[in-house]
Amino acid sequence: MTDVRPFEATAARTLEVVGTAATRIDGLEKVTGAAQYVDDIDFGADLLHAAIVESPHPHARILSIDTSEAEAVPGVVKVVTGEDFPFTFGLYMKDRYVFAQDRVRFVGEQVAAVVARDPKVAKRAARLVRVEYEELPAIYDPLEAVGAGADLLHPDLADYPHVPWFFPHAGTNIAHWRKTRKGDIEEGFASADVVLEDTYRVPRYAHCAIEPHIVVGLYDRAGRLTMWSASQSPYTQRHLFAEALAPLGLSDKDVRVVTPYVGGGFGGKAGVSMEILGAALATAVQGHPVKVRWTREQEFYNTYQRQGLVAHVKLGVTRGGMITALDHTLHWDAGAYVEYGANVVNAAGLSATGPYRIPNVKIDSLCVYTNLPPGGPYRGFGYSEFHFGLESHVTRVAHAIGMDPVEFRRRNAIVEGDTLAYGAEMNPSGIHEAIDRTAAAIGWGEPEEPTVPGRKVGKGFSLFWKAPAMPPNASSASFLKFNEDGSLNITVSGMELGQGYLTVMAQIASEVLTVPTRKIRVETPDTDRNPYEWQTVASHVTWSCGNAVRAAAIEAREKIFDVVHRVHGYEEDSLYLEDEHVRCSTDPEFALALRDFVINGLEAEDGTFKGGPIVGSGTFMPEFTSTRSDPETSQGGHPNVHYTVGAAGAVVEIDPETGKMQVRKIALAVDVGKAINPSLIEGQITGGVVQGLATVLYEDMRFDDHGRLLNPNFTDYKIPTARDIPDEIVPIIVEVPQPDGPFGARGVGEHTMIPAAPVVANAVEDALGIRITSMPITAEKVALTLLAANADQE
Amino acid sequence: MKTDVTITINGEPRILTVEPNDVLLDVLRTTAGVKSPKIGCERGDCGSCTVLLDGKSVRSCLVLGIEADGHDVTTVEGLDDAALAGLEHALVAMNAFQCGFCAPGIVIAAAELLGHEPHPTREQVQHAIAGNLCRCTGYEPIIDAVLAAAEERSVTA
Repeated sequence: MTDVRPFEATAARTLEVVGTAATRIDGLEKVTGAAQYVDDIDFGADLLHAAIVESPHPHARILSIDTSEAEAVPGVVKVVTGEDFPFTFGLYMKDRYVFAQDRVRFVGEQVAAVVARDPKVAKRAARLVRVEYEELPAIYDPLEAVGAGADLLHPDLADYPHVPWFFPHAGTNIAHWRKTRKGDIEEGFASADVVLEDTYRVPRYAHCAIEPHIVVGLYDRAGRLTMWSASQSPYTQRHLFAEALAPLGLSDKDVRVVTPYVGGGFGGKAGVSMEILGAALATAVQGHPVKVRWTREQEFYNTYQRQGLVAHVKLGVTRGGMITALDHTLHWDAGAYVEYGANVVNAAGLSATGPYRIPNVKIDSLCVYTNLPPGGPYRGFGYSEFHFGLESHVTRVAHAIGMDPVEFRRRNAIVEGDTLAYGAEMNPSGIHEAIDRTAAAIGWGEPEEPTVPGRKVGKGFSLFWKAPAMPPNASSASFLKFNEDGSLNITVSGMELGQGYLTVMAQIASEVLTVPTRKIRVETPDTDRNPYEWQTVASHVTWSCGNAVRAAAIEAREKIFDVVHRVHGYEEDSLYLEDEHVRCSTDPEFALALRDFVINGLEAEDGTFKGGPIVGSGTFMPEFTSTRSDPETSQGGHPNVHYTVGAAGAVVEIDPETGKMQVRKIALAVDVGKAINPSLIEGQITGGVVQGLATVLYEDMRFDDHGRLLNPNFTDYKIPTARDIPDEIVPIIVEVPQPDGPFGARGVGEHTMIPAAPVVANAVEDALGIRITSMPITAEKVALTLLAANADQE
Repeated sequence: MKTDVTITINGEPRILTVEPNDVLLDVLRTTAGVKSPKIGCERGDCGSCTVLLDGKSVRSCLVLGIEADGHDVTTVEGLDDAALAGLEHALVAMNAFQCGFCAPGIVIAAAELLGHEPHPTREQVQHAIAGNLCRCTGYEPIIDAVLAAAEERSVTA
């Protein structure tokens, strides 16, 4: 690992670029339509198209597949089934099949595929593949799936390879059970004056990136597999493709993943989901490129979904307002395959205390197989889901002891040095600043009049936190090279998903090398050329890859100073960069433009040249993390690098007749450590708040009693339009530096959607006196709950 | 049965061979090679494929290629300087877009609005782009940028 000096080493100098609202380096490409996404690449006249044969049953045995009719359709090139690819794959647990083998486990699961010259022909022929099924009992409810006598979805669970921090329970539907224990839970409740418990339910949600999943694969006649993929995880994909198709003789070096701009990810394009089909099909039609592009419907039912959750929260507090104990049991509806989703369960199981100092903790987080589509990563990674119940509960328990819910949160909020539920120490954080500024922004405690007589106004509040959920050795790398005119090209393998990652990397390099961001191009990944990145997930790339880019820039700077020293004799520690020039603190007259020597070197007195092209490389891996811990308590390891914390509050106006809610104002404060680009962080806050509010106000996935998704389109699964946004969003940036972050930065991407649901639930209670414990909190649900409450009172 | 159509795309008459059931979106992207209109839902919900047909915005996934025979189609690549004046600049300067996939459609919708309403209210901007889904931004910076572009125009006009 390249030595990354702590940010303090450079903080003495005024920051010029880091901390400014630089414009996006990809801005013009995007508004002019020049930005290229996978489907915009021209693959030539030989391009083939695939259509997928899908299971109509939630759970069934496959008795036979007859492809002869489909194969006879003119224009069909190839029909493949599970027999052609008897391989499993998966990121954290290899429980997923390229194509279904002996059984299907959700409606929409891929059973076979037709490859044809024309996409319409492929689709038509796919309908002619005859599959005979024997239906099996299906389970949709995680509590039912863990009950006695439940049918097993994965009888082979014991045989699936998995990461060492998973604990599958063979012979059950529990793919992973994360247990966290701290203190003495019984003693904790015994010392409480008030104990409150309840159950909260969260349905499944869809990411709804506007660009559907797409992959194009070409397995050339020399055995090289190139994949153009709309992915958050090019390196992870490369390795998983090579691993899954290793029986065909592929190795990592033979696989190349190219990822141009991605039209939104939100976790949905992390890991490998449908992309495995592109890889497999490419090998089946060697020499021809083949495209698999999901329809909007497939986008809903056969990628990752956000997992459903049944959370039971039991919280003990003293009259004085201190939390004594938390017992939090999370049953996750993880779906048919949990190769990625089980790590969501794991992350929640470590952190379901929320950002609170709690002496006695018992958390059980259970990853449960059900006959619904595979669950997986979605912005927030389990934290949005458990915060709904926990933060609803915190407000309720504060009310139960007659304390202001914000004051209660102030008293119990976790601070630097506190012991986390699994025994490690809490990192520096500005949670109290976040609480105070959020409370001030929404006028907490001050009554407000409705804009229309008869409506009710309520205020809700919530804290939030989240740590990146990563393997202990997730790492980043960067290459940087100067060009003849002193401009820079930087290669990394994080993905620009919209968050502004390329711009932030450019700002970090700019800060070190003084080259303005408009003269820096940061390139999207191509695994042949760009260095390693684990994945663009977990809100970690600003922190992790930012450290790698900073290290690469520092390495380049050291090479610059070395050649200047050798030719001009100045001591290296007297040299510094300013406005794209090398300057010297002992000779104010000295100024050497970078463009004059970063490629062609410096001419020495004797007419020879020294130096040459300036390039830099940098890597970063957190060297203090470990997942080794006691499986019964989670004590002993250091699984998370740090937490990003914050607070949110909203003013909601409600029509009690219809339940219709208008968010008049929502403030969200997040401690980003250091805002490398405040404008982009405000973008994350605005976008995340709106996405989060949608999950509580109207979105949810509806399934029928046969496991079929009833609303797999934007007509029936409503996402916000420009007319569905709050009247006012107040972004608040808190900056308590992260000591090991680039310039003190830590991640922010996911966090901004986490608190929306409990904020609204708490505001509804504040306005109407009703507590709703299941998401979404639709207008209909508010009106009906209020009606029932009023009927009870009469 | 394939047939030839003439569609004037961004000012250039193009003779294109299409199937009767090819939608305009596919004709533009695959047959004519104009890639800014995007495939997002193929049922008129998301607005990523928005183009101007004879100056009026349509979802090109809901129009057949043969219906555009003899008509003018404008995509973001073909918007003239007058239509774009200040708009691109404001959108870039204010970091209005994130992933950018919805951007070509929204730029078309915003340019259409500013073409007939030089001084739109916030509500009019919201209404004009309400048929274009964006999952990243929460719309606010886009609305702000369109309003800023309108203001800039009235100052310079």
